[in-house]
Amino acid sequence: MNILEVKELKKSFGNFTAVKGIDFAVKKGEIFGFLGPNGAGKTTTINMLTGLARPDEGTIFLSGIDCVKDIKKAQHKIGIVPDESNLYDEMNGFDNLAFCASLYGIEKKKREKKSKELMEIFGLADTGKKPFKAYSKGMKRKLTIAAGIIHEPEILFLDEPTTGIDVESARQIRKLISTMNENGTTIFMTTHYIEEAERLCNRIGFIVQGKIVRTGTVEEMMQEVQTDNIIQFTVDKDLKSIQEKLTIDFPKFVIETVDNFTLRIGSSEKVSLMPFMQFFNSHQYTIHEAKIIKPSLEEVFVKVTGIEIDKMKKEKEGGKRK
Amino acid sequence: MKKWIAFWNILVKDMKNYYLKPPNISWGIIFPFAWTLMFLLRSKSDVDIRDILPGIIAISILFGTTSMLAVTITFERKGRSFERLLLAPIDLNLLMMAKTAGAIIFGIMNAFVPIVFSLFFINLSGVNWISVIVSVVLISVTSTFLGLFIAVSVNEVFEAQTFSNFFRFPMIFLCGLFIPLSQMPVFIRPLSFVLPLTYGVDILKAAINNDGYISMWISFIALILFGLFMFLFSIRNVKRKWIM
Ligand SMILES: Nc1ncnc2c1ncn2[C@@H]1O[C@H](COP(=O)(O)OP(=O)(O)OP(=O)(O)O)[C@@H](O)[C@H]1O
Ligand SMILES: [Mg+2]
Repeated sequence: MNILEVKELKKSFGNFTAVKGIDFAVKKGEIFGFLGPNGAGKTTTINMLTGLARPDEGTIFLSGIDCVKDIKKAQHKIGIVPDESNLYDEMNGFDNLAFCASLYGIEKKKREKKSKELMEIFGLADTGKKPFKAYSKGMKRKLTIAAGIIHEPEILFLDEPTTGIDVESARQIRKLISTMNENGTTIFMTTHYIEEAERLCNRIGFIVQGKIVRTGTVEEMMQEVQTDNIIQFTVDKDLKSIQEKLTIDFPKFVIETVDNFTLRIGSSEKVSLMPFMQFFNSHQYTIHEAKIIKPSLEEVFVKVTGIEIDKMKKEKEGGKRK
Repeated sequence: MKKWIAFWNILVKDMKNYYLKPPNISWGIIFPFAWTLMFLLRSKSDVDIRDILPGIIAISILFGTTSMLAVTITFERKGRSFERLLLAPIDLNLLMMAKTAGAIIFGIMNAFVPIVFSLFFINLSGVNWISVIVSVVLISVTSTFLGLFIAVSVNEVFEAQTFSNFFRFPMIFLCGLFIPLSQMPVFIRPLSFVLPLTYGVDILKAAINNDGYISMWISFIALILFGLFMFLFSIRNVKRKWIM
């Protein structure tokens, strides 16, 4: 069942069209990843979905509520974690959470209990009395996520939850996202970390220059580039002397050397390991490593968008630091 | 019920975080206090204090509300915490009322500093207290909404500050406080009449010294209309500019 349905969504700023008529749906209970380079229109889309921006055209239905017409009706079902942590600097962690809960009409007893709970779950219990401005970046981010779910929304929008955060905190945040999802919250997240999307998301939409160029499950996307099954062997001796023999003995396979000690064997059918191991054995080669090479979502992204990932990441980090 | 939980908590948070913070509360009290003292020292008899009391009340309110609200809202917009309010399931009118309520209450509190203070020095019998209270509330409301009007017109905190002064200082001189409306040059007078403070000060003058220039009812209605206009205009601008 779809919790969110978006059709023909369009948004311009002056002459510039930031979002050019996009369609997508988010299924209840899934993690949907919105992937795209700088300026693709990710934040603009989230803003339209949550009520910070008005679409020029198109429809948004959230749990059957017409959000373009009456976003206020839908907002108690929505949790938002913006790309910048935006709680109140002067207030401490606990008060920040309790205040956010009050905005959703949650009564004092319940919001205090809930705030305490979340501080614990998010590993912030002993920072409850510190003002928000004294938090580290990672802590700020965690508290902002906690504030986003304090009213138990049906769907949580996360705008680049791990950008600008160290590896360990990012790992914790990803774990929290998974846990929230397991507890039943649908998640819509934007990211420019492809590995993150691949690991975390059930379905992904690629957005480039205001257009969605592809949506699908991670597996579906992988299939596009996974035309071959590839196994990679690394052995102890130079492969040159047996290379020719290999191609003669295994005519159905595509054999490529990576370097003097490593080669890849590809086929459109399943590759079984046994014959190759016997072959190496009989030629007195010892196999150090044999592994299946899987294509990554990165390859899909590059193929679909024509954008080089490294370039995208660098621009991003450079841009954020300014 | 639920929305009132939000309303109340926004109000309490703003009170705690902004208005009742030591620097602001002292500003709110010291300022009226200093004005009162300054005039007290200058005046030679009781009559004088009573004469200037309406003006001091009005200025105390003005200084406790307009720039205060404009700055706090602009500050929250810069830090983007204001987005939280726009994203909450609270009707925009109620939300803006909650945001302005703190400043209105603070303005009313400021108004009573000179009143209480002058009670120690002069006899305030014969004052029409009901009119005083109503006009204090209305001046507070209109000055706060003027702050809101400024907040929706600027993007930076310093602009909010500058813009507040841009309104505030001419208003002090044109509201009939230093120069009575009746003695104001005819060509300036229309300017006085487009300033809400003029009506507030006039009610206070009528209530405290019985020398109003405009009919009290007209002043009340004018203040209410000013308040309504500025609130609705600001809401419209919030919708247009902050929800892009
Ligand atoms: N208020 C605005 N006025 C004018 N242009 C805007 C505005 N907001 C966004 N844009 C433009 O719309 C485009 C999309 O911006 P958006 O912030 O949605 O991108 P994004 O995908 O979130 O990028 P990033 O990864 O950098 O966060 C950009 O070109 C941006 O400059
Ligand atoms: Mg963005």
